[in-house]
Amino acid sequence: MTFEQIIFYFFSTILISGALGVVLVRNPVYAALFLILSFFTSSAIWLMLEAEFLGITLVLVYVGAVMVLFLFVIMMLDINMDPLREGFVKMMPLAALVAIIIAAEIVLVMASPSFNFDQSVVHAADYSNTKAIGNILYTEYVYPFEIAAVILVVAIIAAIALTLRRRKGVKHQNPSKQIRTKRNDRVRLVKMPSSSTQNRAGE
Amino acid sequence: MTETIMSDISRALPEIFLLVAAFSVLLLDLFLSKSMKIVTFLLAQLSLLTTAWLVYNRMGVESIATSATVNNVESVQYALAFSNMYIKDALSDLLKIAMLLIGSAGFIYTRQYLRDRNMFSGEYYALVLFAILGMMIMVSANSMLLIYLGLELLSLSMYALVALQRNNGRASEAAMKYFVLGAIASGMLLYGMSIIYGLSGHLDLTGIAEYVKSSGMTKAGSFDLGLLLGLSFILVGLGFKLGVAPFHMWIPDVYDGAPTAVTQLIGTIPKLAAFGMVFRLLVEGLGDMQTSWQQILILLAVLSLAIGNIIAIAQTNLKRMLAYSTIAHMGFVAMGILAGSNMGYSATLFYTIVYALTALGGFAVIMMLSRKGYEADQLSDLKGLSQRHPWMAFMMMIILFSMAGVPPTVGFYAKMMVIQSVVDANLAWLAVYAVILSVVGAYYYLRAIKIMYFDKADTETTQAETGHKIGLDSHILLSANGLSLLALGIMPGALMATCVAVINVTMK
Repeated sequence: MTFEQIIFYFFSTILISGALGVVLVRNPVYAALFLILSFFTSSAIWLMLEAEFLGITLVLVYVGAVMVLFLFVIMMLDINMDPLREGFVKMMPLAALVAIIIAAEIVLVMASPSFNFDQSVVHAADYSNTKAIGNILYTEYVYPFEIAAVILVVAIIAAIALTLRRRKGVKHQNPSKQIRTKRNDRVRLVKMPSSSTQNRAGE
Repeated sequence: MTETIMSDISRALPEIFLLVAAFSVLLLDLFLSKSMKIVTFLLAQLSLLTTAWLVYNRMGVESIATSATVNNVESVQYALAFSNMYIKDALSDLLKIAMLLIGSAGFIYTRQYLRDRNMFSGEYYALVLFAILGMMIMVSANSMLLIYLGLELLSLSMYALVALQRNNGRASEAAMKYFVLGAIASGMLLYGMSIIYGLSGHLDLTGIAEYVKSSGMTKAGSFDLGLLLGLSFILVGLGFKLGVAPFHMWIPDVYDGAPTAVTQLIGTIPKLAAFGMVFRLLVEGLGDMQTSWQQILILLAVLSLAIGNIIAIAQTNLKRMLAYSTIAHMGFVAMGILAGSNMGYSATLFYTIVYALTALGGFAVIMMLSRKGYEADQLSDLKGLSQRHPWMAFMMMIILFSMAGVPPTVGFYAKMMVIQSVVDANLAWLAVYAVILSVVGAYYYLRAIKIMYFDKADTETTQAETGHKIGLDSHILLSANGLSLLALGIMPGALMATCVAVINVTMK
């Protein structure tokens, strides 16, 4: 076993246990943290594939931005997971059976000669994956790139259209009105008879 | 370089125009007061019609283009753009024009309905335009990447449109189901695509077709196991999107739960796009694996015809009934494709266009009978329609006859062509089976007609309806829609000839 293989199996084991953790732990916050662990390890595997740009993007975008938002949402919503987990044990045998069958089928297919993974391309030391992506992303792939942007715009429109609501009776601040207030609008001088007996009764 | 960019842009001009128009509708709508929303409607309508005109106007102009990407060798039949990712050919042009015109008709039908339900807003129109843009991208995709991206643009807009009525619990439930099942289906499709990409090293369909031809076969004479795995995943994904059994579970719930305007949209144009997608992937990309996908499609068609036609009998909700009828119709679409001949593809293209026209009218009648705060989506709402609205009842009768496949409506001719192509493919048993189940299916269409013509209207319905006005534009359009089904049934020649010519040119 070469050193490279040892590293690969090390990261793969962590990745698979992290992924199992995501679905198996009870606490959704822990699940999100396990997901972060899976992202980290898969980015390490991508680095081993010389896809350093994708590996770094995975950490920056998914771990740095998406998962943080995810954690925010989970903590804000405070979902009670128990009703969602009802019937987990009952469904478990069936789900496990289906999963095992699918996994076995895929392994059988992958073992066929058509998936011949022996010829891996090894690049020179000065090969830059980032440069390669940069060369084609805005030239050859400009059309799919633009469509992906349109999809994101649709997602924004959809999210706003589905959640924005103007409720009645919501209190707003009116900054210009706040600035223009005079002393007389806020402070009212009241003359009170100064009587010591009254004060005591008030206390 | 600049020359390529200019020719790329000129080829994809309809899509680019629609994109810009969708953004303009969205932005302009912000500045319009509630009483001025009609401007949004008109602008969206104008965008669709202009795009249709652009597509129509540019059919066949490629012969003057001089770029190297034009396939000059075999007298220009198609043009590629954006590094061979975009294809403009006869099939994409025909499908785009059909989609845009049906979309524009849908806008007219839904105007009053949306207004009554407070959905007459810029978001609705912008999302519909984006959905149609997604479908245009799908039908002129020459790369698996583009098929997937177009599909996602369509699906995301659709999920949002189903859920647009926020306070409607049933719509939210439908959107949730649609979203979850749609996401699983997209995942399946993407997984299949990635396997095929991994094997062939090509994203573009021409490259995949070449790979399948040159090295898809093993020495034993069977297809490569990896390709078959990819193909099965792709078929599962396509099955979900087409809505054929056993991947039909989302259809009844979504059709029933969504606002009827959105149901009409889901039930018409995406069927055309789905046909385009299936054609591009299975016929153009994996055409040499026909023997493999034929078997799977036979199973899907058999199940869809049975489930669609038999379960529809038990429905009392008109929208649910039409949903099961869609499943049966998609079984017919699968049948035409599995025939695997040019005749079969042309028949399917014809069938899909006709079905979209028919479903357009069917859902339009539901919307025209619905009033503010009331959905006429039960079969019992059709009671005595012949006395209340004799002309509308007549149109609905033509539509239902066309769905059932009764001559002289066009549905009969469409079904006949598909069945004939299946017989030609030596699958006579499948043809007999389809005919038997169509007869079963005729029962529930005829029951709806019986309710319209022979049942008396409730007095409450008649009273509630007084004061409910249906726009003249909807009436005229419904008449045109219904009569076109009749006219196409008597003279199907022109449209059928177009479909045959388009498929023959595309298959070259």
